[in-house]
Amino acid sequence: MTRVILAPINFDSYELLNEIISDLNEISKFEFEITPLNIDIKEAYSAERGQYNSTQILRIMIENIRDESSKVVGIVKYDLFIPVLTYVFGEAQLDGKFSIISIFRLHEEFYSGKSDNNLLKQRTIKEILHELGHTFGLIHCKDWDCVMHSSSSIEEVDIKGKNYCFNCRQKIEEKLRYY
Amino acid sequence: MEKKNKLLIVDDEAIIRQSLKAWFLEDGYEIDIAENAEEALKLYEKGKYDLILLDIKMPGMSGMDLLVKLKEFDPDAIIILITAYASVSSAVKALKSGAYDYITKPIDPDELSHLVKNALNQKNLKDENIQLKNSIEEIIKPDNLIGNSPKMKEVYSLIHTVSQTDTTVLILGDSGTGKELVAKAIHINSKRKYFPLVVVNCGALPESILESELFGHEKGAFTGAHYKRKGKFEMANGGTIFLDEIGTISQKVQIELLRVIETKEFMRVGGSESIKSDFRIIAATNENLLNLVNSGQFREDLYYRLNVFSITLPPLRERGDDILLLADYFLKKYSSAMNKKISSFDKEAIKFMREYYWPGNVRELENAIERAVVICHKDIITLDDLPFKVIQNVKEEPLTERSLDAIEKKHIQKILEDNNWNISKSAEELQIDRVTLYNKIKKYGLRKNN
Repeated sequence: MTRVILAPINFDSYELLNEIISDLNEISKFEFEITPLNIDIKEAYSAERGQYNSTQILRIMIENIRDESSKVVGIVKYDLFIPVLTYVFGEAQLDGKFSIISIFRLHEEFYSGKSDNNLLKQRTIKEILHELGHTFGLIHCKDWDCVMHSSSSIEEVDIKGKNYCFNCRQKIEEKLRYY
Repeated sequence: MEKKNKLLIVDDEAIIRQSLKAWFLEDGYEIDIAENAEEALKLYEKGKYDLILLDIKMPGMSGMDLLVKLKEFDPDAIIILITAYASVSSAVKALKSGAYDYITKPIDPDELSHLVKNALNQKNLKDENIQLKNSIEEIIKPDNLIGNSPKMKEVYSLIHTVSQTDTTVLILGDSGTGKELVAKAIHINSKRKYFPLVVVNCGALPESILESELFGHEKGAFTGAHYKRKGKFEMANGGTIFLDEIGTISQKVQIELLRVIETKEFMRVGGSESIKSDFRIIAATNENLLNLVNSGQFREDLYYRLNVFSITLPPLRERGDDILLLADYFLKKYSSAMNKKISSFDKEAIKFMREYYWPGNVRELENAIERAVVICHKDIITLDDLPFKVIQNVKEEPLTERSLDAIEKKHIQKILEDNNWNISKSAEELQIDRVTLYNKIKKYGLRKNN
């Protein structure tokens, strides 16, 4: 079974990760494990924007992690951006090994001021599986029920499904045969 | 195989070119990049692009001049201009010169994504239009819309007919018959397929949050509304909104819904701007809406608005061998998910599945197979692996009585026992009121067994 490392970076919501890990294992058939990542990501911070550059965090992860056997999904609580966009929920190496997601904009408080732990869990699961899918070479899927559907707003994260569709699942399985 | 859209990104800043390229690669587009107008023109000579993202301010030939040149070369080119500083005059100039739109850096990802997708979808639909007119005989089915029974073939034919139109559809059928799958099939076979199918389970939405959920809210609309939020109708723009359990909505919501259906316009909570949304409505219910209209619980005008074209799904027990096709599909699905090598069902299990009444329809069948796969330790599902309730129901003796009264008495007794003599629940299941049920209990002298 493919091992996927969930790598919290400067993260304090471990309860959330512990709560979603069994759902992740069930949905994806990957074997997720939580391994905190002790790296310094200060240089990815943009004081001007008050956000972290996700591409730079990915670069720091690549430089610091030598484990060849697994995919790694970094998780941060900070707001992420890429230079041309105001924010991103996450970023991945397309057909690579590393990806990163932020839970900053997955909190319902950010939008309506009301806390909703269940919604946060569902959104986090979707974002992890989405970015992970990119590391298997998956591009955005046209099926709105599929977790690989593109979602550039929180409303789109909420309306898409949390499973890979049949085609995307097949593509992942094909990739896994080559590992 | 679907054609890949080709995009050209022209920007003098390497970091912008690279981050836009990485962002759009995830959408599966074919991307070329150019750092100035000259390079862009050279690339364009080799072949056209479906969409060009163009920075206005570049050394040498400006983005605006390049726009004019490209439009001379390819009048259909879709060009979106990007700039660091927005000004009304430059925006007007860009649009007058034939730009599709104009955006400011840093770009809101939602805005960029929709702008590009909408432009490409319009282009793709135009290209596909001629093909669509002639080719579709069969519908594309969602993964688990399965069955070859005559009743399902009739349903597929209705899906095919209605998906080619923009008509409002009402899907009727018992719980678990697959109403949402039919909505999905209509959507993915329609010209709206590139836009979302937004599902709203009306029964699960408390009225208190319904307004904000359906119409969205503006920043500051109420305490804690820190951020603008789009509602379901806005999210369905270009696509389809599926209103499940429509029979459960309150009178207040019925009025609001009627207004939105008629005008296709609404305001976000706390907003003053009227928002237009182009959506198709598909509604579904397992209730008899006409009865609700007659009893005054459902507005007649809304009923006729929704019931323009209806599709009724048959219960599973009326679908013959579809039961086995579905059982086989679920067996493969859950065996694979649980890494088990279970290949089929034994004869007894097949016989039971064929004869069972399946009151919970396909959903009940799926649950039964999932559970059977969990507990099965061999390579074949036997009768013992099927849920107890299923087996018990099949083994029930066939009706021997011939008179209607005798059958009614037996049926009421069974429903009461199934519901542990809860009168409200039993009356609801029997679709009669509580007083009628009490009268029948009295008439037949029914008693609770100890």
